[in-house]
Formats: sequence, structure tokens, C-alpha cells
Amino acid sequence: MSTALSIRQLTKTYGNGFQALKGIDLDVAEGDFFALLGPNGAGKSTTIGILSTLVNKTSGTVNVFGHDLDRDPAGLKRCLGVVPQEFNFNQFEKAFDILVTQAGYYGIPAKVAKERAERYLNQLGLWDKRDVSSRMLSGGMKRRLMIARALIHQPRLLILDEPTAGVDIELRRSMWSFLTELNREGITIILTTHYLEEAEQLCRNIGIIDHGQIVKNTSMRELLKQLHVETFLLDLKESQLVAPQLDGYPARLVDDHTLEVQVEKSQGVNELFRLLASQGIEVLSLRNKTNRLEELFVSLVENNLQKVAP
Amino acid sequence: MSVEIRANWVALQTIVRREVRRYTRIWPQTLLPPAITMVLYFVIFGSLIGSRIGEMGGFSYMDYIVPGLIMMSVITNSYSNVVSSFFSAKFQRSIEELLVSPVSPHVIVAGFALGGITRGLAVAVIVTLLSMFFTDLQVHHLGITVLVISLTATIFALGGLINAVFARNFDDISIVPTFVLTPLTYLGGVFYSINLLPPFWQGLSLANPILHMVNAFRYGILGVSDIRIGVAISFMLAAAAVLYLVCVRLLQSGRGMRQ
Repeated sequence: MSTALSIRQLTKTYGNGFQALKGIDLDVAEGDFFALLGPNGAGKSTTIGILSTLVNKTSGTVNVFGHDLDRDPAGLKRCLGVVPQEFNFNQFEKAFDILVTQAGYYGIPAKVAKERAERYLNQLGLWDKRDVSSRMLSGGMKRRLMIARALIHQPRLLILDEPTAGVDIELRRSMWSFLTELNREGITIILTTHYLEEAEQLCRNIGIIDHGQIVKNTSMRELLKQLHVETFLLDLKESQLVAPQLDGYPARLVDDHTLEVQVEKSQGVNELFRLLASQGIEVLSLRNKTNRLEELFVSLVENNLQKVAP
Repeated sequence: MSVEIRANWVALQTIVRREVRRYTRIWPQTLLPPAITMVLYFVIFGSLIGSRIGEMGGFSYMDYIVPGLIMMSVITNSYSNVVSSFFSAKFQRSIEELLVSPVSPHVIVAGFALGGITRGLAVAVIVTLLSMFFTDLQVHHLGITVLVISLTATIFALGGLINAVFARNFDDISIVPTFVLTPLTYLGGVFYSINLLPPFWQGLSLANPILHMVNAFRYGILGVSDIRIGVAISFMLAAAAVLYLVCVRLLQSGRGMRQ
């Protein structure tokens, strides 16, 4: 499989001296659904800004489907669709006009542009709003309009910078299935998000960026394998005054009906339930305290913070 | 036609169409005010005061000021169209739609400039039609008239684009029209012939580029001018070329738009 995106030794130092990227290397294979994660200010948006040419790089190379950013920026841009974090369309234009105009910028004739605009507005549930001024749309509708706009020239690589931020869970899930379908059709997708459940659910590979460096670049499966301990919350039927003694399972009471237990991957939960049953404690339900990827993400970023701290 | 050229041609049409759609959608803010302002100029300066002034340059005062007033509308409208459109695209960040696309900077400059030029010319047509209620307008030299008005609209549309690139807030887009364009236009021979001025002020007036544009246009309409037409047209061609290159260079550098 060919490479959709190849980044080598990419650096960016802003005018105020802040070094946002410190020489990152990154490869994303064609057809991948790739998560680019990192805490605020880690360099995700700068990386995306450089890819979309809205941020000038300081050094390094960027290549999208064989088009070099320095030598063939127009070719690179034709392969790329970007959904930015912030709304950046004309607030006074109608949704339909925004899409047709954007298609025109890519040299797509009006007739074809109108057909595509109709298709994407329908797919994203915005056809009824086609003649509505974009400023009148809700936040979720604006996000979907930006996705439609990024797709209008049928890019091979779609980059989404926190596409579901501030979107309700129902809409988020419908966007997930839309993106999954796009990926299935062959579009390579790079996603940044703060919802780690979203990244775990959608993405096959993952890069974690922190302090301008890639601290992890692997498959989601490999990364999750590194999780040795999971923390569970158990909802108890009867109220408890003190946490029960569970050999090998560190536990504490969150409240009188909720017990927090740490379970090592090698231990499993059968023994835990046996110990609880032997003490007459009945469990109503069991859930992860945090998303599994979130636990790993926090530990990776914390480790990196200790390394870079003065 | 190669794919690249065809794509840029479609992009150019798209930008121009969007610009025209913008100023026609808000016509009460863009096309109506110059019409009202110019009718007031015709009534007050042309009919009421002009009848007491008598002839200027061999023509009635009304006839004399009509070309200047048409040029004044073209200058103001072609400039303000581009400066406000481009700056609001920057302000709303919708300029990023263009920057992430493969559109060449030449096409972006040409598209915005053509938007400003068409508005300037649309206002010129409106003002010309209105002037016919006050005077019997004859065109002395159609070619020079069209060339001068088109070059003037081009120069000020490109000037508006440069202003918009450097502007950081809405105040910055009103400074040049208020403190530079308006004084230069009023002192640019719209209402008087520089032959009425003392020699020193005549010489100084020649340094005002708008004087050359107004007089070249007046020559096209009336056949009289305070300046040499060849020099004026050469200057305008050179100014349009230089401003165009500056605009393209600014867009290539991403100044004020890219980090």
C-alpha cells in the first residue's frame, strides 16, 4: 500500500521564538484511519496548518500522495481536504453557495459542483438548510457543512481537526458512521480529537504528539496492548462503610455504593468477583473508570512531561 | 486548454461571480449611496452653485464637473469593494477557503480586482445615467474614456487589496479612504481646473495622481484637459502593473493570512 502522507524532520518556530514542532517524522498509509492525538499546544494544529499551507514551515519536508509541499503545492492541495477546528466560512453565504464556490476554487465546473453539493448536503443531513445563511445554522450543522466543504473536490486525504468538538452524542455517532463509510470507500483520514473514545473507536493507527515531538506512532491494537492495568468502577447493591480487602486488587470506596478496583491484565476479573462473592458483596454493574486509550494517553504525556521538564 | 489553465479559469469565474453576488446582494449599501450622493452633487454644485460660476474650460460648470464626479464614484467604489470584501474574508477567516485550494495568487488578485472593477463600472453607469437628467452628455473620444475609467478602477481595486492585506482591524480599512483618497480626489480637479490655481499650487497639483486620471477622463468626455493625456495613460498603465505585482507578491508571501 502506498503512502498517503510522509513528513520528515518538520519544524516550526513562530515569530515569537516558540518552537511548536521539533523535527517530527510521520507516515500515514493510503486508506488508513489515523488518529493524531496530543494535549493542547502539543503541535497538532500547527502540523495540520502546515499541511493545509495556512502555516509556513520552518524546515523539513511534507509529501502527500507524491506531491511535495515545496515543489508542487497545487498538486498537494488537490489531494487534500481539511476540516479546521474553527468555523471559517463566510457567515453571510448560503450553505449551498459555500459548497459550490469552494468547488469552483478547485476548478470544478458549476454543473458538477451543484450535483456534488446536493449529494453531500443530503448525506450530511443539511439539504433542508441549503438556502439558509450559514450564520443561522447550529454548531453541529456548521461542523457538518465544513465536512461537506472539505469533500466537495473529492480529496484522497481528509484531515479533520476536532470535528466533533461541541457536538451532541447522537450527532457525533452519526458523524462517526459517515466517516467510517468514507474511509471504507478509500479516503485516507487523519483525525485529531480530544475524545479518546472516538479515536479508539474509529482509528487503526495512532500518533501521539507532545511538546512538538511524536512520542508514539503505532497501531491502536499495539498501543492498547501496552495497557497493563485497568481501573473499574463497580456499582454495589448494598451500601459499604469501608472498602473490602481484596487480595491482589487495590480497591477504594468512591462512595458507599461505588467501589474502584485496579485490575492487572494478567489477573482478569473472575478472581475479583469470586473474592467479592465470598464477602457477600453483590455487584450490580461494572464499567471502566476512564477510556482505555485515555489511561495510556495520560501516562505517555506525563512521561514526556517529566522528560522535557527542566 | 490544459487542465491547470481550465481549473484556474473556473476559479477566476467563481471569485468574480461571488464578488458580484456580494455587492449586488447588499445593493442598498453599495450601489444606492453613490447614486444619491452624486445626485446631490449635481443639484447643489451643478445646478445651484454652478449657474453662478458660469463656464469652465469652455463648458458649463455642470458639464465640467460630471466627468470628475463619475471618476470620484469609480475611485471610491472600486477601492472600497475590494478592501471591505478581502478584509472581511480575512476577518471571518473565509480567506482560508481560497488559501487551502490550488488557486494561483494571480487568479485571486485578478478575481478580487475584477470584482472591484465591475462595481466601479456599475456605479459609473448609474451615475452617468443620472447625470443625463442634468446635462446632455457627449463623448468626445470613446476609446480614451473606456480605457481611462477601466485603468482607474483597476488601480484602485488593486490599491484596496493591498490595504486589506495590511489591515489588522476595521479602522485600518477606513484610514486610507478617509485621509488619503478623499483629499486627493477633492484636490484632483474634480470641481475646478488647475489653471485657476497660482503657479506653485498648479505644480504641486501635478504630483496628485488622481488629477491625471480625472483630467484624462474629462478629455475622453469633453475633449479638454489640464494635463498631457499620453503621460497620464502611461502612468496609469505603469501603476496598474506595479500594483498588480505587489498584490501577487503579498499573496505569495501570505502576509497577514498565513502564520
